[in-house]
Amino acid sequence: MIEFSKVTKRFGGTEVLRGVDLSVASGRVMGLIGSNGAGKTTLIKLLLGLAHPTSGEIRVSGKRIGNDESYRSEIGYMPQIMRFPENLTASELFAMIRELRGVAASADPGIIEQLRLGDHLDKPLRVLSGGTRQKVNAALALFLQPSILVLDEPTASLDALSSAILKDTIRARRAEGATVLVSSHIMSELEELCDEVAFLLDGVIHYVGPIAELRARTHQVNLERAIAALMIREVA
Amino acid sequence: MNSVMVKLARVQVRDALRSRWIIVYTAVFLALTETLFRFSGTDAKAVLSLATASFAIVPLGTLILSTTHMYNAREFTELLLAQPIRRATVYAGLYLGLALPMVGGFIAGIGVPLLLRGGGDPAQRGAVFALLGVGTALTLAFTAIAFVIALGVEDRLRGVGIALGVWLLATVAYDGVVLTVVALFSDHPIERPLLALMFANPVDLGRVLLLLRLDVSALMGYTGAVFARFFGTAGGAAAAAAGLVFWIVAPTAVAALRFKRKDF
Repeated sequence: MIEFSKVTKRFGGTEVLRGVDLSVASGRVMGLIGSNGAGKTTLIKLLLGLAHPTSGEIRVSGKRIGNDESYRSEIGYMPQIMRFPENLTASELFAMIRELRGVAASADPGIIEQLRLGDHLDKPLRVLSGGTRQKVNAALALFLQPSILVLDEPTASLDALSSAILKDTIRARRAEGATVLVSSHIMSELEELCDEVAFLLDGVIHYVGPIAELRARTHQVNLERAIAALMIREVA
Repeated sequence: MNSVMVKLARVQVRDALRSRWIIVYTAVFLALTETLFRFSGTDAKAVLSLATASFAIVPLGTLILSTTHMYNAREFTELLLAQPIRRATVYAGLYLGLALPMVGGFIAGIGVPLLLRGGGDPAQRGAVFALLGVGTALTLAFTAIAFVIALGVEDRLRGVGIALGVWLLATVAYDGVVLTVVALFSDHPIERPLLALMFANPVDLGRVLLLLRLDVSALMGYTGAVFARFFGTAGGAAAAAAGLVFWIVAPTAVAALRFKRKDF
């Protein structure tokens, strides 16, 4: 379970998040939607402890996050863009993350096989294609079977097969009880994956709830048109 | 030592040792050492020339490579911070993972040619060890200064520009500033302020430590001469060494604080 309560984040004079209240229940997939600069990535960074909230609180599995970093052992994070140390191999990277998380972390080699990374594990990361590196990025978030997944534009740069495998894996993890927070600009993808969506505009959440309800409220046939209708209404 | 930090530093060191920049950095010192010891006539002259070159190359290489590394590793740093590890541990791992290969490159670059020459003139070994020690200290200090810059300046180009400015100030402009102070206040007793000025620059502190070994203060600029006159004793060497330690500890602490508070 992830809970944001009245979370505000200011960078200098710019208020990026303004009193955000949001909760994602266990076993649910929440999609974060918003235009560039709406505050999606900042919200994710606050959850991961990469940035500090100006006010408000964030709870993970009931515990307020603060100076204790142990809650992050529950989280698998897939950033939108990842630049790895270019002279390491993928297998060294997987080993490093596993070691940093402690020997108790149980790995799932299945995702590495499914994403067909086996042939690339011992090559330096600099020689891998952008798509393969993105697969490594996805596998790093998933291979330790975390109970919370935080995914920022997860299918960007992935081929169709890998994208489908990743989405199937996310659904499977959800069925096992994992909590998933996913940010994406691809509305069809969110429609496919999410139980609920949160729509952010200028640091404020304007809608949280099931996709079907949003479609009904805006009288639109799909999520993309529903979000567009919501944006027009809010900007007006 | 924290085992997670050691693991992290080990991975970083492994990455650095396979990279081109550390090979180039080491090769520069290898070529320089071999050339100077081959053509300088005496080992004393070679050590002096090597020290002069090292006091420019070490800060430049360390500042530029460390600053650019920190900008390039931004996303990887975020991935590390998303793990259940303390920020201080991530910082220490990144710092050691960068500083240790640079120290290794410097020591290997100077040490290997000397070892191949059977260690060189025994009379100069103390000076060589002093040079290796000072070079190591400058590497640690300027790596920390690079971290302070990269963690405080978001824009990569501006950060690298500031790093270059720091290098120019510390290695080129500083003696000019000191000489200007001397010229402007020549009628006043300025030796104490001059000593304070020397402590304000780790490169000059390094020079002084070596001056005390080589006894060639006249060749090393005015600041070195003043320092040698006042501190040409064991106490002076200890004071300069303490100053260098301060130049490692202070920026390391500032960078660690910035790293702890930074919003990535």
